[in-house]
Amino acid sequence: MSTSDVPILSLEKVTKTFPGVRALSEVSIDLYPGKVTALVGENGAGKSTVVKTLTGIYKPDGGEIRIDGVAVQFPTPQSAENAGVTAIHQETVLFDELSVAENIFLGHAPKGRFGLIDTRAMQRGAQEILDGLGVKIDPSTILKELGTANKHLVAISRALSVDARVVIMDEPTAALSHAEIEELYELVDGLKAQGKAILFISHKFDEIFRIADNFTVFRDGQMVGDGAIADVTEAELVKMMVGRDVNQIFPERDRNLGEEVLSVEGYDHPTEFADIGFSLKRGEILGFYGLVGAGRSEFMQALFGTTKPSAGTVRVDWAEVTICSPADAVSHGIVYVPEDRGKQGAIVDLPIFQNVTLPSLKQTSRRGFLKLAEEFKLAREYTERLDLRAASLDTNVGSLSGGNQQKVVIAKWLATEPKVIILDEPTKGIDIGSKAAVHEFMAELAAQGLAVIMVSSEIPEIVGMSDRVIIMREGRIAAELDRHDISPEVLVSHAAGIMEATA
Amino acid sequence: MTKLLASREALLMVAIAFLLAIIAWRFPAFVVPSNLLAVFNDTSPLILLAIGQMIVILTKCIDLSVAANLALTGMVVSLINIAAPGLPVIFIVLIAVGFGTLLGMFNGILVWKLAIPPIVVTLGTMTIFRGIIFLLTEGKWVNSHEMSDSFKSVPRADLLGLPILSWIAIATVILFTIVMTRTSLGRAFYAAGGNPHAATYAGINVGKTQFWAFTISGAIAGLTGYLWVSRFAVAYVDVAAGFELTVVAACVIGGVSIMGGIGTVFGALLGALFLGIIANALPVVNISPFSQMAISGGAIIIAVIVNAQANRTPGRIILKKAEHAT
Repeated sequence: MSTSDVPILSLEKVTKTFPGVRALSEVSIDLYPGKVTALVGENGAGKSTVVKTLTGIYKPDGGEIRIDGVAVQFPTPQSAENAGVTAIHQETVLFDELSVAENIFLGHAPKGRFGLIDTRAMQRGAQEILDGLGVKIDPSTILKELGTANKHLVAISRALSVDARVVIMDEPTAALSHAEIEELYELVDGLKAQGKAILFISHKFDEIFRIADNFTVFRDGQMVGDGAIADVTEAELVKMMVGRDVNQIFPERDRNLGEEVLSVEGYDHPTEFADIGFSLKRGEILGFYGLVGAGRSEFMQALFGTTKPSAGTVRVDWAEVTICSPADAVSHGIVYVPEDRGKQGAIVDLPIFQNVTLPSLKQTSRRGFLKLAEEFKLAREYTERLDLRAASLDTNVGSLSGGNQQKVVIAKWLATEPKVIILDEPTKGIDIGSKAAVHEFMAELAAQGLAVIMVSSEIPEIVGMSDRVIIMREGRIAAELDRHDISPEVLVSHAAGIMEATA
Repeated sequence: MTKLLASREALLMVAIAFLLAIIAWRFPAFVVPSNLLAVFNDTSPLILLAIGQMIVILTKCIDLSVAANLALTGMVVSLINIAAPGLPVIFIVLIAVGFGTLLGMFNGILVWKLAIPPIVVTLGTMTIFRGIIFLLTEGKWVNSHEMSDSFKSVPRADLLGLPILSWIAIATVILFTIVMTRTSLGRAFYAAGGNPHAATYAGINVGKTQFWAFTISGAIAGLTGYLWVSRFAVAYVDVAAGFELTVVAACVIGGVSIMGGIGTVFGALLGALFLGIIANALPVVNISPFSQMAISGGAIIIAVIVNAQANRTPGRIILKKAEHAT
């Protein structure tokens, strides 16, 4: 097969909406045989939605998917697979307890007489595919005995076993080492030579320029540019990714920094992050930016005591403290408002006031006995400060709207009268109005002398709110920027690891 | 709180009243006060165990070893009674509670420190406890004539018209109502089961909280062990065999969510009473024990369905006008 100008698969003005969010808005992509198309975009730009649409997990609300120019529909993942579209996912979706051959042929194993699985044919087929990739893995090996890189190769073999014409790779290098990435490149070149169309999703610009022929840039669910990689520079790509109209308004703040309240030195974790150090002053908002998986939340959890770092010191008000559990962190005045408020934040079956007082029970109880009146007083004080709208403090948190649940979680932490508050993705998944309220509130906290650490993947929020930004990449601090040096382009460049575009 | 009462416990009270009404229609003598008190007394062991189990289930665990704990502790205090007939009963009671506590702590440690799933831990200890009884006695029974009179008399002793057994159940209900609603530990049980992640972030040690739940369950099971063998004046390997399932059933009927985080002492009490009434009433209205099992089973399933419906909230409060309506 050779490359041609006719796309194997194209998306034509595909739209996908979820309640309240337009995830994809009339996007079009063409995938050509023997070509690698890179799909580029920020976190939440709609890349994963495209993958799910192409593999039959989501059904588009508008537009068409065409294969060889014929409009098709993928009501189930199976039908996408039958049409020759296959995806290798970010986290490999394989079965640890099954053999390599079983993994490769799961769902479409060769059948022998009586409809039973023909194990010998399956072994043979698996061996052929693995040989074709130039991989030395015994198909009868149990998958869990393989390393990450080899598991990936099995995932790729699985993709090839369905006689795929279109291969989607969703951040395939995320878990690979340098040498393994090289091998992956060779493999992709091999697939190209076989005339397969490849959609390559990656955050990393070096990879994209190494491997892709074409590019498509997404921003906020819209396609904002495409073309040949040869015609574009890294800086131009970055600009397309972030160049949005900044129409969000952030509260004006006087920068009024006080004494240093927190300092972290040499925080290490065996697998998640290394050498994290910074200091924080009263009244300061410190942004933590990075791509998903850069280790920001992992570090924050270690700082809060839910995981244990292997080395490092923390000082609160100049005094060295040891944080071994969340209870320690809270008692030293560090609180953490987690990203996933459903999972980690609120207890939905308990009423508002009990949620608010949960970390402060030491103050509202005596010798283990609760003082309900004090609990109500505390809960009322802080929910009123946040303008929480609820019929009564007896209402179960589960019946509140998302924004109000967020407020309960924040009230809960403010009630502990913290010195440092860590907000992990504080505005993720809430509507614009509530976002503005959260931002205003954050500014108010800082004005009252609280030190705020804001972990966010939203560039406007980082740019609009932070006094300083620390950018993390691959578990390390990539850069620390003062408020005047913060611009969307610089943030993305550091986060993605492109230094040339810093200018 | 009042809303919860309105939905779950109140519904169960209506169901119990309805049940009593049907029984009264077929057999009026059942609902005379003296008989109802007898039914309450007879249900007391179930009430006690259901309270302990409720706390365990609240923390997303389950304690299948309660009946075995009861049997082992009952046997241990019986043997002590044989060895030292003069030992005052108050010491027997303390030994029973202490020994049951240790057995519960053993469950709790395995769940907390080794993070073994509670159903596996207590399935194991359930068998171990019964096995130990066999080792202690080689399968022999301890019969009425071997027990001292004071040992046997305590649960039946009358105080203000009620047997001590009933009073212990009432006292336990009150004690744990206070523990669950008015102490930090009680709050921790709800938080740890309702959302372990959030509880961890709030500085609650979830494993330790589960440990305390098992400890309480063990303590109650130990106490009930003494009450059981002294009331029936017999101790043997298979005392209360299979009773752990009745206990779990009482909790489920009483509105305790098997997923953890939801449940009240009052609910567990009502669930136990519901099963107690069925067990006591059906024989008198000439329904065979086999239908009785089917009826109990049906009640469990209905309770689960009703609770699932009740947990389905009518929707979030987003509209402004909804916020100010009660």
